[in-house]
Amino acid sequence: MPPIDAEILARLQFAFTVAFHILFPTLTIGLAGFLVFFEAKHLRTGQEIWLRLYKFWVKIFALTFGMGVVSGIVLSYQFGTNWAEWSRITGPVLGPLIGFEVLTAFFLEAGFLGVMLFGWDKVGPRLHFLATTLVAIGTAISAFWILSANSWMQTPQGATFVDGHYVVDDWLAVIFNPSFPWRFLHMTTASYLTTTVVIAGVSAYHLLADNNREIAKRSFSVAMWALMVLAPLQIFLGDQHGLNTLEHQPMKIAAMEGNWETQSHAPFHIFAIPDQKAQTNHLELSIPWGSSLILKHSPSGVVPGLSEVPVEDQPPVGIVFWSFRVMVGIGFLFLALGAWGVWARWRGQLTESKWLSRFAVLMSPAGFVATLAGWFVTEVGRQPWTVYGALRTADSISPTVTGASVATTLVLFLIVYGGLFGAYLYYLMKLIRRGPEALSVRETEEKPEAIRGARPGLVVPAE
Amino acid sequence: METLAIISGGIIGAAILMYVVLDGFDLGVGILFPFAPDEKARDTMINSVAPVWDGNETWLVLGGGGLLVFFPTAYSIALPAFYLPIMAMLFALIFRGVTFEFRHQAHTSAHLWNRSFFWGSLVAAFAQGVLLGALVQGVHVEGLRYAGGMFDWLSPFSILTGIGVVAGYGLLGATWVIYKTEGEIQDWARRAAIVLGGGTMIAMAAVSVMTPLMRPMIAERWFGGINLVYFAPVPLLTGALAVWLFYSILSKRELAPFLSAVGLFMLGFLGLAISLYPNIIPPSVPVWDVVAPRSSVIFALIGVAVVLPMVLIYTVYAYSVFHGKASAKGGYAHHEHE
Repeated sequence: MPPIDAEILARLQFAFTVAFHILFPTLTIGLAGFLVFFEAKHLRTGQEIWLRLYKFWVKIFALTFGMGVVSGIVLSYQFGTNWAEWSRITGPVLGPLIGFEVLTAFFLEAGFLGVMLFGWDKVGPRLHFLATTLVAIGTAISAFWILSANSWMQTPQGATFVDGHYVVDDWLAVIFNPSFPWRFLHMTTASYLTTTVVIAGVSAYHLLADNNREIAKRSFSVAMWALMVLAPLQIFLGDQHGLNTLEHQPMKIAAMEGNWETQSHAPFHIFAIPDQKAQTNHLELSIPWGSSLILKHSPSGVVPGLSEVPVEDQPPVGIVFWSFRVMVGIGFLFLALGAWGVWARWRGQLTESKWLSRFAVLMSPAGFVATLAGWFVTEVGRQPWTVYGALRTADSISPTVTGASVATTLVLFLIVYGGLFGAYLYYLMKLIRRGPEALSVRETEEKPEAIRGARPGLVVPAE
Repeated sequence: METLAIISGGIIGAAILMYVVLDGFDLGVGILFPFAPDEKARDTMINSVAPVWDGNETWLVLGGGGLLVFFPTAYSIALPAFYLPIMAMLFALIFRGVTFEFRHQAHTSAHLWNRSFFWGSLVAAFAQGVLLGALVQGVHVEGLRYAGGMFDWLSPFSILTGIGVVAGYGLLGATWVIYKTEGEIQDWARRAAIVLGGGTMIAMAAVSVMTPLMRPMIAERWFGGINLVYFAPVPLLTGALAVWLFYSILSKRELAPFLSAVGLFMLGFLGLAISLYPNIIPPSVPVWDVVAPRSSVIFALIGVAVVLPMVLIYTVYAYSVFHGKASAKGGYAHHEHE
């Protein structure tokens, strides 16, 4: 079998296992933050409602965290099984970053997760809160290191290529490489945004089902406040991340824009069918000057085109072009949901408006789609390189591993992950349908104001 | 650079030993799962490992990640060489890892997750034993790259080490259950520990005889001149610990059987290190040929020196929170006990 098959199979397998994995941390990074918030509110106010929210969402957290752990262990070995040359060449740079992730994040999360899930009657409330906080910090530290490693592959610096592998000259330059700060902010915000929309959607589902209304109102309100801040923030961060990519990875931007020729007054294509063979687009529907305005903030700004490099150095344009549009489209839908929420709250209709709730339910899985689409943009856009401009994907694979072995394990991954995902969704839906445990009678009778809020629909916590 | 290489090798070895002992007992609990007296016993068993299994498995990531950190070239040789058993181990670990949450949520399908827990634990343990045997028997390397086929790892010796590790993890699991339970389950675990202890002893003896026979270099290491005196305490201590293991089980001690099983693993590991030193990929790749560049090793060593002591401290704390006997209620029992 020619080596090209083994390469494509290895890429497909890694794309599948890493995409599957990222779904779970996306939710746990954000959810950990919300759990800290719920528990802090419970500690400060003593209101049972926050505890109910904590105990409900921590179950979803645990279920999801377990999936993240098992699918993550696979990745730490797949680097070597499928990408032996990449490991050998970049190991001196990326190895320590991943090592630091294990040491400073994985152990912290694993060590205190047990206390968080099973320690309620074994440690005091403050120590329990500390455990939750440490788990949340662990998830953020984990994102820090792995995104630093990923960013280095996009914008390498601080290391020299000597004797067939990289040798690091400056660790700070490696860790804080040019694309890292924006990628880190963009991804962690994506996690929080995805989680926010999940919480909004699940709460809206309970509002519509008239199930434990007080609790659902409270979490819907919290999520809509968060969405109001996070949706516009993410659009700003995405724009800045894009400008950073324009500076360091112009061909990725050219693929995102579907722009073949370097030109001023470049249009933004809302729709197009990129044709890499013919090096052109079909069926373009465009905003004149749009691309130049977005990327250069001036109609006469010159935007790079794919034809600057030979075809074999171009990323696959269609996937990058369309994934980008899916991500951005969902981002603006989140903005719309957030704006609707603000308007409904101002009119005192936040938890009364059925259509707002329905929209929130509909959007609840969209954050995962947007996150995956974003990863497709950045990872497929980096092709044909694993280390941008320096190490080709074709030169990164394990030369002795046969296409047949990769194909066999790929099929197994498809079957096993498919089955597991089905089981995960089944148990997730079961948890969501059951919802939080009802408030005790004492709480609803003694402090109705704490639950209902000052006026109808306005369910900010009454302190 | 030689000193750095040896220190780095020591850290990888320590991480793997930590993994083997810690995940060894919770994989062992999985291997014993279907043989437990009843469903309540299974709930107790899974609760005894639920708060700590995730931390235990993190040592495996540290072992793999550490190899990439300190010996990227060895990582790029070993992982393709052991492609299939590693993949088998990963799939098995997935199945047993998800069991904790899924079994807890399940009602009618709990027996399905019992099975997934057992098979996942069994296959993971067996695959790890096969990896060990495949490493000891040697890897075909040319120009610091793997030069063998997809099935080089498969041999009667690696099958034997596979079975040995299953018995050994089973022993660790059984002695852990003795420590964490009481009454009927504890009695059952004692009987299991005796059977598995016997199996572990036979496997250890067989491996100890076969290894020097298979590789003259290893025979020379153990029996050559003065070395015979230096290394004699290893087998002697092993024998003494084995006696203590059975004595402590029969005399109904609770913690001692677990500790002696851990001691047996440590001695076995030490024996292995003596056999293989200074090779990280036997028979021909010593640690200093494949150690990472100085800047990477120093950076990582600083991290290990600062962070690992903290990890050990809070790991001990996390275990201490859940000290005492495990219960069938709460935790990950598959029926809701709120």
